[in-house]
Amino acid sequence: MCLAIPARVTVVEGDKAKVDFGEGVLREVNVSLVEPKVGDYVLVHAGYAIQKMDEKDALETLALWDEILTKQ
Amino acid sequence: MSEKLRYRDPELASNIAQKIRELTPGNRTIKFCHVCGTHEWTITHYGLRSLLPANLEVIAGPGCPVCIVPAAEIDEAVQVAKKGAVVTCFGDVLRVPGSQTSLLEAKAEGADVRVVYSVTDAVEMAKAEPGKEFVFFAVGFETTAPSSAVEVLRPPPTNLSFLVSHRLIPPAMELLLGVGDLQIDGFIAPGHVSAIIGLKPYELFPRVYRMPTVVAGFEPIDVLMAIYMMLKQLKIGRAILENEYLRVVQPQGNPKALEVMSKAFEVKAGDWRGIGRLPDSAFALREEMLDFDAHQKFGVRVEQGKDILLGCECHLVIIGKIKPDHCPMFMKACTPEKPVGACMVSNEGTCRVWSKVIVS
Repeated sequence: MCLAIPARVTVVEGDKAKVDFGEGVLREVNVSLVEPKVGDYVLVHAGYAIQKMDEKDALETLALWDEILTKQ
Repeated sequence: MSEKLRYRDPELASNIAQKIRELTPGNRTIKFCHVCGTHEWTITHYGLRSLLPANLEVIAGPGCPVCIVPAAEIDEAVQVAKKGAVVTCFGDVLRVPGSQTSLLEAKAEGADVRVVYSVTDAVEMAKAEPGKEFVFFAVGFETTAPSSAVEVLRPPPTNLSFLVSHRLIPPAMELLLGVGDLQIDGFIAPGHVSAIIGLKPYELFPRVYRMPTVVAGFEPIDVLMAIYMMLKQLKIGRAILENEYLRVVQPQGNPKALEVMSKAFEVKAGDWRGIGRLPDSAFALREEMLDFDAHQKFGVRVEQGKDILLGCECHLVIIGKIKPDHCPMFMKACTPEKPVGACMVSNEGTCRVWSKVIVS
């Protein structure tokens, strides 16, 4: 039940935002816990954005994998 | 290659699996434990266990928040529904067995039980029908609890109250370390719980218990990387807390979510189905929020329920002591269509996850 899906914020109106889960799936979610801007990626769980996803952090993960795997 | 594909890249997976095989000590069994139904889904769905050496086990701990709701709390929700309130809950909760009946059976007998996607839906329903009493049955770990807290603090409409059954994951992880014959060698900590609570609550595992602990995401590469990182810790003989899920988990978690949870809830001992009472493992509404407590509003309190039916081995599956296919009922008397135990009900229950790929 702790499943959470990444989505891109398309419109913000107060505590609510319209987010795009990709492939045309749009939904209104509550963003009061993360306060994102339009264009940000958020992680959505049970109708609530619970965390912002940072592109820099995503790239860092990939870099971490490369580093760990090559360093050994 | 897009990021998403990279997280599922078969070549990268087999590269990591090779390194895992090289690092796994040959002289004993290594047992890593995760505590998240979504991790179990990833591991089972992508067949990750088949990539691991025979003496490296990954077991599933109590990671399904629906499975561990004790029967007594299902009974309370059923009683509230039978008193005439509309009980709203997540879909997974509907079929979880109570001592006598599930919420679904109560619904079949005429109670008004409605499935919601989010607590927000319950709020909207209560606003739309002000003449009726609504109750939100708040089940879930720290990932879900902040959304309940937001609506409690807002405050909710006067005809909406809460049955709070939220539970906290770190105390359950600590319990597993006390189960003598489990002999865990490392924890894969749940990424989405950690998105809320951050890293600090896990610090005691390496510090006090010398237990390698890696917070991991939910793509197959995330899980393989977590296993690899724990093996490296075992090799150098130093247990530390690492964060593999950098793209989501911040060390401090989500401060806003932590703030609303602490304003709405207090931490207390909680009963876990199949496990028993764990100290400091549950949220309850704070005293100043008791106007929204359905226990008070409807005079309902069930102290003890019947958690495990005769023959059901959920209590052993929940703590990772046996695998689902070791239960004599698995896919015989207990199936997704007709579940006996809670582990077969929820999509995140270990038995339910296994039922999709393994027929005993």
